[in-house]
Amino acid sequence: MSELRAWAELPPGGAVRPGDAERPRTGSWRTGLKPEVDLSGCVNCLLCWLYCPDSAIRLDGTTFVGFDYDVCKGCELCQAVCPARAIRMVRDDD
Amino acid sequence: MTTDELAARVLTGGEAVAEAMRQIDPDVVPVYPITPQTPIIQGFAKFAADGRTHAEIINVESEHSAMSAAIGAALAGARTITATSSQGLALMAEVVYIAAALRAPIVMALGNRALSGPINIHCDHSDSMLVRDSGVVQLFAENAQEAYDLMVIAPRLAEHPDVLLPVLVCQDGFTITHSAEPVVLLPDRRVKRFVGEYRIPNPLLDLSRPTTQGTFAMPDYYYEIRHQQVAAMAAALDVFAELALEFGTLSNRRYEAVESYALEDADRAIVCLGSTGGTVKDVVDELRAEGERVGLLQIRSFRPVPLAAIRAALQPVEHVAVLDRANSPGGPAPLFAELAVALQGSDVQLRSYVYGLGGRDLHPDGIRDVFRAVSWDEQPTFLGLRGEPCPV
Repeated sequence: MSELRAWAELPPGGAVRPGDAERPRTGSWRTGLKPEVDLSGCVNCLLCWLYCPDSAIRLDGTTFVGFDYDVCKGCELCQAVCPARAIRMVRDDD
Repeated sequence: MTTDELAARVLTGGEAVAEAMRQIDPDVVPVYPITPQTPIIQGFAKFAADGRTHAEIINVESEHSAMSAAIGAALAGARTITATSSQGLALMAEVVYIAAALRAPIVMALGNRALSGPINIHCDHSDSMLVRDSGVVQLFAENAQEAYDLMVIAPRLAEHPDVLLPVLVCQDGFTITHSAEPVVLLPDRRVKRFVGEYRIPNPLLDLSRPTTQGTFAMPDYYYEIRHQQVAAMAAALDVFAELALEFGTLSNRRYEAVESYALEDADRAIVCLGSTGGTVKDVVDELRAEGERVGLLQIRSFRPVPLAAIRAALQPVEHVAVLDRANSPGGPAPLFAELAVALQGSDVQLRSYVYGLGGRDLHPDGIRDVFRAVSWDEQPTFLGLRGEPCPV
């Protein structure tokens, strides 16, 4: 978490500006497992995108292309809702 | 008679602060009545009913709501003033901390009154001390004139970009809020020009630069956001000095964070807050006429506390009596503790006096006795207490 800002760099009272929420790399809290996808099995139903509580599903337009590990917490919801079983959890060595 | 004396009106401290509020003409005033603050909001409500202010008064259901509404209004972009006393401030306290942390520049008039229990409506400073660590600036008036003047200065101090903190303008309940004395008001237009437009860095209603405020902060950011208040308080001392100079040219009335009265060659001094300072000045004048070298250090800014100025002012004094109109059972009285820090390592002998709790009077004779008897003693003295005080 080296990008944490010092007190004088923060807006008064810690006001949050648009885009600020993208900066913190909250993926460092991840559980120890991370999702991986086999895109050849993906049917692009976007259920994972709908269910992901952390907006960690990356799209190119409307096409699922992978995960944003900077924000993914490893909750396994995407794996649980994937009807094509294209997502599996693997050990996270990051 | 000078022009100022001709312009003086006979007003209570409460009425004088209501006049200041009318002249400041804030946008929003969320407030709940409580003795002895009520004359302030009652006076201001009359001005509003008479169309003499454009302020929207919000009649809230409690002080907790008053301070909550004040935060919303102040952060939205509206100049906001409220007023309270004692239990009202106690009920607000939770939200006062939030106001300071959100850097909401709310101005608050406080009629100092003892906290319950037993329930009591008269003056002491226990309500102020309850929010000592909340991050609000606390200025103490000695009389109605000072309450008016500090109220006019308060919005500029609160809203200064380096400060952005709530400012409490404290006046002793009844002794100042309800006592009529000559008060010189500035012309309306001069107050208006002095306070200027309300500007804050991130008003919530500025839709071109939207912000979210009042978010959760984890251990990785809470500490830094709290530290901003430390910096804001440090800045508040300098900003108060600047504003007091500017106000001085406007009014011919000069203010400093601490006021030295007859201290130059004093061997004994009293340090206190609020209206007692006025009585002490009279006693100092009398004792000086009798050849005694006594003086007063009146603390006008309790938060931020000007430690360096206190130390400099009291350096030549041998004995200092610190008069606290509040107590901290199980620990040193609050003003005494500040003085002990300000004077650590110096040769000044400090002694703690607790007085005036729940409105108990301290007469000139009592102050005379303090000056006459002051010598070093580890034990605090409880002025006017019936019975031998319990050793602490």
